[in-house]
Amino acid sequence: MKVNIKTFGISRDILGGREVTLVVEGSSVGDLRKTLSTQFPALDKLNSLFIAVNQNYAGDEVTLSETDEIALIPPVSGG
Amino acid sequence: MIEITDKPIDVLKVIEAASLHEAGAINTFIGTVRNQTSGKTVLRLEFEAYEPMAVSEIKKIADHANETWNLLGYAVSHRIGILLPGDIAVVIAVSTPHRKASFEACQFIIDNLKQTVPIWKREFFEDGDQWVSAHP
Repeated sequence: MKVNIKTFGISRDILGGREVTLVVEGSSVGDLRKTLSTQFPALDKLNSLFIAVNQNYAGDEVTLSETDEIALIPPVSGG
Repeated sequence: MIEITDKPIDVLKVIEAASLHEAGAINTFIGTVRNQTSGKTVLRLEFEAYEPMAVSEIKKIADHANETWNLLGYAVSHRIGILLPGDIAVVIAVSTPHRKASFEACQFIIDNLKQTVPIWKREFFEDGDQWVSAHP
């Protein structure tokens, strides 16, 4: 499936854009993780990487649909 | 009140937003930009946020604090954009009937904000820059 991904912080530098379209084999957050890891190995070097679906942290088991708002959440550092 | 803003934070406005006449204590945390990290001079910081999610995650933390300490009022304001050493990055104010709860709730909110709220900080030095906490 095709997904649009919003990127923030260092993940924007790694993916090279504020919004990136990816073709994922499968339809879960875990499948998206595998695709990201293969295409952008630099993501694996981060302290953590969470994925948000419709503005909520989502576990690997969550199923994605093409209309979901998907975002990469690298280690946060607010405050 | 919860806000993400690219303008300087008005501390009094944040305190007023958290204040109620029933309160005996208003505890305020002000987070500022340090001029150095591990001995390296910081020239400026750049903050960015995933704004709608940052607001909803702050709301979750405040709701959690409210369950534990029964807050009378609270307000959180976080700045984004370019900040210089000494600038205010975040202000949190909570009001409670008595002081102990206000200290604890305020600390709980800032500690959790740093863990879960999607806001990122990039430090700029004389010889480069880095996203804070990104790498081990």
